Amino acid sequence: MREIDAQQVTATVRKLFIEANTTLGQDVLSALKRAITKEESAIGRQVLEKILQNAAIAREGSLPLCQDTGLAVLFVEIGQDVRIVGGDLRGTIEEGVRQAYADGFLRKSVCDPLTRENTKDNTPAVIHLDMVPGNQLKIIAMPKGGGSENMSRAKMLTPSAGIDGIKKFVLETVEKAGANPCPPIVVGIGIGGSLEHACLLAKKALLRETGSPHPADPRLAQLEEELCGQINALGIGPAGLGGKVTALAVHAEMAPCHIASLPVAVNIQCHVARHQEAII
Amino acid sequence: MNDKSKMSANEVLSIRTPLKADVCASLRSGDMVLLTGSVYTARDVAHRRLYEALKKGLPLPIDLSTATIFYAAPSPTPTGRIIGSIGPTTSYRMDVFTPALIEHGLRGMIGKGSRSPEVVEAIKQYGAVYFGAIGGIAALTAQCVKRIERVAYDDLGPEAIRRLTVVDLPLVVINDTLGNDLYLSEQSRWRIIPE
Repeated sequence: MREIDAQQVTATVRKLFIEANTTLGQDVLSALKRAITKEESAIGRQVLEKILQNAAIAREGSLPLCQDTGLAVLFVEIGQDVRIVGGDLRGTIEEGVRQAYADGFLRKSVCDPLTRENTKDNTPAVIHLDMVPGNQLKIIAMPKGGGSENMSRAKMLTPSAGIDGIKKFVLETVEKAGANPCPPIVVGIGIGGSLEHACLLAKKALLRETGSPHPADPRLAQLEEELCGQINALGIGPAGLGGKVTALAVHAEMAPCHIASLPVAVNIQCHVARHQEAII
Repeated sequence: MNDKSKMSANEVLSIRTPLKADVCASLRSGDMVLLTGSVYTARDVAHRRLYEALKKGLPLPIDLSTATIFYAAPSPTPTGRIIGSIGPTTSYRMDVFTPALIEHGLRGMIGKGSRSPEVVEAIKQYGAVYFGAIGGIAALTAQCVKRIERVAYDDLGPEAIRRLTVVDLPLVVINDTLGNDLYLSEQSRWRIIPE
């Protein structure tokens, strides 16, 4: 049994959320640079240039890329040979979130759904905990903005709807979203499983290196490419001001589902596609 | 400065708050502007409170007459800086409250994303204007803010109403007094696949 100190978990979570909120990944920066070469709209190119300029300013000044520093979403994989000492795992993670949002001057954006009263420390976090073989602890911090999350949707399709039904739902979702989710977006698609599993797959799909095709399933890689082309033909463009680049990437994940069902979820991510990970 | 008839299509207009009626009337969907002056930040809960106060005939904590509201809630101000990061939130959530605010004098709105037909109509009827700002470039946008003051609803934390002094805040006119909509016109211009 390997022991990991709870304080180390807290420090790691704190660091990851500050980093994620101030530093855009190289994959996203590369995707944005590629987008500039593809974008034919002059104003669209200006928007993309400003996004890159903002990323540079944020990184240099350790400033939040976006004022919406998100709901703290975490994917945590704990090896079954790991024991956390000096605190409970969820509690130590929450403390890391609390410290990141206080010390990093990040906005506290969590509130009671009904009274709308702010919890003032950006907790509770949304923690997806998974137990895996091994003696390591993997933590992925994903601050998720409200604007793009609001444009995300899930639907229980019928099996007869098939792949065409999935494509139609994805396109409809992106089209309805328009300028709202801060395009160019990354589109995460979850197909199959149960209702909540499809949603989780869609969110996990956003964690893949931006623009890389599905590594294992050529059907999904083809679906991603096809949908990306169709989404970019919608004309929404950077900041919704019209153009060729509406999506930087489309990522899909799939799981087997019930014979009666065809769940599909679309999780939309704004161009500030933030996530950082660490392995302890 | 107020005479924009001489401006060419791609020129950037410098305008000031409080927005004058003739400036609002002359702005056209697609105009790029640099806005200088005072704007209020207000978003979801602040809008509900303003709206409810109006409905009850209670006094408002801000003077809506000729005011400009930026749908925004900045991140906290780091030590030694004027403001944290700031940028537009999605505007449609304010749509249910906006026509009443426009009716009571609100003239400028800054946000992102499309507005409801009711808001577009109120903009036409009362000579207001809806500006789009680019979302997700909040560290850059913060450089346009020279001053931030607390005004009202401090209990709302990031959602409190603040007065910002901005200089040359880059915006684009989305909805004008003629009922034009830049998102609709530009997106359909670039659309390749049929509706």
